[in-house]
Amino acid sequence: MRVRSQSTPRGLSRRQILAATGAVAGLQLAKPFIVTARAAEDTLKIGLEAHRTGIGAAYGLWYERTSTAAVKVINAMGGIGGRPVELIVEDDATDAKRGTEVMEKFANEHKVDFVFGPLFGNVVGAVAVRAGELKLPLFVVSEGSELAAGDFNRYVFQTGITNVRSQVTAISPWVIRNVGKKVTMIIPDYIFGYNHRDFFSETAKAQGGEVDAVIAIPPTETSFTKYFSQIPAGTDAIYHVMVGPGVLTFVRELGEFFGDKGPKLFGFIDSLEAVDIGAPGLEFLEGSHLWEAFPRYLSGLDTENAKFYRGAVGIDENGASVGDPKEVSTNSHMFGCWETLFSIKEAVEASGYKGPADKQKLVEAIEATTGYDEGKGHPQGKKQFIGKAHQMFGPQFISEVKGGKLNVVHTTSIEDGLYEPKADYTKQSL
Amino acid sequence: MITGPALLLALLEGTVGAAVLALTALGLSLVFGVMRVINIAHGEFVMLGAVVAWWCSADLLDAHPLLGFVVALAVAPLVVGAIAIAADWLVLRRIAYDPERTIVATMGLLYILQQGVLMGYGPDARPLDPPIYFRVQFPWFGYSGYKLIVAGLALLLLGATWLLLSRTRIGLYMRATRLDSETAQAFGVPVKRVYATVFALGAMLAALSGVLIAPIRGAHYLMGADPLLLSFIVVIVGGLGNLRGTLLAAACIGIGEGMISVLFSPTLSKIIATLLVAAVLVIRPGGLARSTAT
Repeated sequence: MRVRSQSTPRGLSRRQILAATGAVAGLQLAKPFIVTARAAEDTLKIGLEAHRTGIGAAYGLWYERTSTAAVKVINAMGGIGGRPVELIVEDDATDAKRGTEVMEKFANEHKVDFVFGPLFGNVVGAVAVRAGELKLPLFVVSEGSELAAGDFNRYVFQTGITNVRSQVTAISPWVIRNVGKKVTMIIPDYIFGYNHRDFFSETAKAQGGEVDAVIAIPPTETSFTKYFSQIPAGTDAIYHVMVGPGVLTFVRELGEFFGDKGPKLFGFIDSLEAVDIGAPGLEFLEGSHLWEAFPRYLSGLDTENAKFYRGAVGIDENGASVGDPKEVSTNSHMFGCWETLFSIKEAVEASGYKGPADKQKLVEAIEATTGYDEGKGHPQGKKQFIGKAHQMFGPQFISEVKGGKLNVVHTTSIEDGLYEPKADYTKQSL
Repeated sequence: MITGPALLLALLEGTVGAAVLALTALGLSLVFGVMRVINIAHGEFVMLGAVVAWWCSADLLDAHPLLGFVVALAVAPLVVGAIAIAADWLVLRRIAYDPERTIVATMGLLYILQQGVLMGYGPDARPLDPPIYFRVQFPWFGYSGYKLIVAGLALLLLGATWLLLSRTRIGLYMRATRLDSETAQAFGVPVKRVYATVFALGAMLAALSGVLIAPIRGAHYLMGADPLLLSFIVVIVGGLGNLRGTLLAAACIGIGEGMISVLFSPTLSKIIATLLVAAVLVIRPGGLARSTAT
């Protein structure tokens, strides 16, 4: 038998009791947030715009882990300017439109002091514009060369990682000398790939090499063999740099296509970020070379500071997650988040930044920076910073695949990758 | 640059692509033909198949990839078919298979499945080891042996589906419902159950193609978009709901795409495929194979 909406002995209806329970539960749920909101008055809020989902997800995962670890270390050191740091993470789905929405959310809802983190060029281009409109300092952890070319604005910085132009300038003499003179480039079909194409073509020519063919592949592609027939027969070397969810398929299919007989290979580690070099089907990479920004294996950069950074982030000596040796990190990119957060710390402390009213002082303090010393905050090495262009320059590494691992065989100096950037943001008004 | 080796590569890529595409598109075509439902979530069933394959071979059974693959071939269609039956019972039946509302409903299903996988499985593209790995070395280039196996298995599965449709009682019911569901019902065909079965069968075919391509492309929560688009192109070109037309169109488009991709550029092949759809819709709205309709 069913009883319909019976009143309880005390005269309360079931609906009233439910409503009351709901209200109490709601308060309980809201409690932590109420407390946080009050405690947040003194914290420095930094927004991480992460590629948690979409084609950049492998990077987003590690950007978030590295940033969380860095904030923990910074807070243990007493915070930034004596204030604790709160990291707020928002997902931009590796999408430009969503990225700009996230910027607005950071500015209006979370009211953060700074934003950092976007990597993929399509997102960076969009959010950089919005950062300028919102006058919200944005630290991109991206290798795009547009910032130093003067395409962005005074509120955008690249303090944690070098750009493609600098990387290519640094490594191309070595590539032309040691890998081959007639080079076919395989690049992702968007701004990041075009940076590679333009700067490598230019520097290769200056070194006496030539680019035979350029094969641009959409970063959302999942099947690659069909592109390989475009590789010219007489080419000496293949320069590969791929991104997106298909990278392992890309290298595997490259191996299936050529076996051990093909042209020599030189790649950017992007083609293998978050991919285990020992995975079946990658044996053909043996003996080939890869660019790295931060050596994946501890042996490539075995310093106290690198060990400290690896320990804090939770990666082992093979560059994989401590808990799961199959979960390989994106070590050549994510260290940029770590170094960016420490560069923010240095800038805030140098400028005496207390809140958004001091934004201009902060921008000027970063522009007055000339470099960063190697240390816990900059484990990748010493850096040079060109203030007027908002661009950092650092060392690069070239590694050889040997026994299914990466061994650093060449390290470039800061000067090797240095060029005169076009940008001078100090001329723009604040 | 049309040379012998390039032509061979194009033919290989095209055949493998066409076989897998035929399997996926057949499911979509079957669902449309029998139920008049345009299933926007069809690509997500492919993705689910790949995710289940990853789960079987990398997570559940961390043994030989071949064992995981064989288990996945059995488990993935069951899991995905069960999800499809649930979707049919919970959603499609409630809205009386109304063609317009089912488009919106299956679009909702697409997001639910995609975001559900994102929450449970994560945003990474996870690789799978091929169950059998060998390289076929031609004088000019090498080719993945597993891809050839995929083409063979896809053809076998297509043959099995054909037998199911033409030789069994349930196949007879499906064909009867496709021709005229009211008359079929009058003759005692349990139309509601046929609908649920067809929706499940369509999803199972998609899931199987997901299992087959997972060792090539890995499993990723966004991988459903590509097969959906291509299947739609195939189903429209082949004539909506026309199974023989679907197979014919899959062969033409798969091999054509492989040829144009290899010999010219993959982007051009997508452009041509899309133009072909437009042309078919304008010139022969019933599909290329209209005259030989079954």
